[in-house]
Amino acid sequence: MAEQKNSKLFGVLAEFANPGDLLKAAEKVRDKGYKKWDTHSPFPVHGMDRAMGLKDSKLGIFVFICSMTGMLSAFYLQYWSSKIAYPLVIAGKPFNDYPSFGIWTFEGAILFAAFSALLGMFALNKLPLLYHALFSSKNFLRFSNDAFFISIEAKDPQFNAKETRRFLEEIGGKNIEVIEE
Amino acid sequence: MEQTKFSAGKGKAIFLIVTALGAAASAVALMMDARQFAFSYLTAFCFFLSISLGGLAFVLLQHLTRAGWSVVVRRIAENITANLMWMGVLIIPLLAVGIHTLFHWSHAEAVAHDPIMQAKASYFNLIFFISRTVVFFAIWAILAWWLLKKSVVQDTSGDKAITLSLQKWSTLGIILYAASETFFSFDWIMSLNPHWFSTIFGVYYFSCSAVAIYSMIIMVAYLLQKKGYVKDAITVEHYHDLGKLLFGFNAFWAYIAYCQFLLIWYGNLGEETPFFHLRAEGSWKTLSVAMIFIHFVIPFFYFISRIVKRNLLALFVVAVWLFFANYLDIYWLIMPNINTKGMHITLGDVGSFLFIGGLFFYFLLKRMEKSSLIPQKDPRLPESLKFTNA
Repeated sequence: MAEQKNSKLFGVLAEFANPGDLLKAAEKVRDKGYKKWDTHSPFPVHGMDRAMGLKDSKLGIFVFICSMTGMLSAFYLQYWSSKIAYPLVIAGKPFNDYPSFGIWTFEGAILFAAFSALLGMFALNKLPLLYHALFSSKNFLRFSNDAFFISIEAKDPQFNAKETRRFLEEIGGKNIEVIEE
Repeated sequence: MEQTKFSAGKGKAIFLIVTALGAAASAVALMMDARQFAFSYLTAFCFFLSISLGGLAFVLLQHLTRAGWSVVVRRIAENITANLMWMGVLIIPLLAVGIHTLFHWSHAEAVAHDPIMQAKASYFNLIFFISRTVVFFAIWAILAWWLLKKSVVQDTSGDKAITLSLQKWSTLGIILYAASETFFSFDWIMSLNPHWFSTIFGVYYFSCSAVAIYSMIIMVAYLLQKKGYVKDAITVEHYHDLGKLLFGFNAFWAYIAYCQFLLIWYGNLGEETPFFHLRAEGSWKTLSVAMIFIHFVIPFFYFISRIVKRNLLALFVVAVWLFFANYLDIYWLIMPNINTKGMHITLGDVGSFLFIGGLFFYFLLKRMEKSSLIPQKDPRLPESLKFTNA
């Protein structure tokens, strides 16, 4: 078909029997020096971050900056509205009654932190993603049920369809498939 | 080879000398101004008590939640908590001769002209007050003794039934703890100003003790490892968790302190405001504002990052910082009741701190020598040893 003629290689997919095997295989892929690859399992596997050699997420810094912005803007919103824009005497307190601004200042920080954490996570994971090449594999659909996979992408500088396939077989991968974009 | 058998070396002698120095300074201060000294002594006592009370809550909580991660540091907490076995002795001088000096409500002639205090007389009378204090210290001593004893017995027997019984009875323990800790703080700190009340005060003192115990565990574990003990058992993962808890409970302290302040400030009622009014003038105001930064803002930004919590020296620094911030906080709670015009640092403050602190650390070192530094046969020890943060 015309589509298949134009298709490019996405990478190689291999299945592993259980989370333990997946963890051991991930360590080997990491040590081999692959950069563009991923593991897929129905649930988080303890120690996988280290086995894959992942660095700490950058999300924290992003959330911190956003929450400080939220904190200051929440404070300023209250200061501006009760001191500058609408100076009303409430309960005999001064216009700038900063002790009572504390709650919303805190909530502003939390609100911005929560939104930036969620949206930042989406951005870093490149979500929402409506199609992914791996979904072309029927076997891969079990990733959310009872199967464990490693995929190595063709974009990886070390990638070589034959070599990578042989390497995945060597470290215990089953049902190896070559996935096309 | 893991070094779990502790030997204090010169440490015990040093702390005995500190105690003696403290006792000498205390004696001089007592001669100079007995009333001032009674408050200084109460401050130091409540400070060191808060560490051990925090330890009691910590150990009970680990059993209740069947915590696996904390087993390697639990023996340190048990040893700190066990100081409750004798701390009741240190409050005897205050009970015997200090009550009339400290507490306005104990003067019958003052109560006679005071309708508010007459209404509170069924709670604030000498017999009920003294028996309450005795009961509190009995509860704490028994719990502390039992938690340590059972855990040490397991070191040799490895009996899993001990873990189960500790879990079971910790439920009752934590209830007794919460009630006794709350009313202790009502009795010995809040009633220094008997007209004033704050229902959150018990929680406030609990937050002090939580900050105290987490900073203390980090300090003790760090120093032990510096001396070459338990080098493999306690890892950066455990420090990271202790750091998270210290950070969280320090934010909790700020939250409770702010809650107490905001409600009183906003309501602006005559019977509630004197507490903050007293602390919002002169040098007390300076301390009150400084506390916001010392106890919350500076540490908050300093160790919000995971990198700092996983750097042992950086974490040790903030533990020491918060350890002393907690002393300032207890000082801020108690001393304005006598030095109403402003801060007044005396020889008695230093003397009683050294006296009680010297004894505290002397007994801690002495007890640490008696058993292994980690619960060797705890069924959850393997889980704790290989524990990692995801």
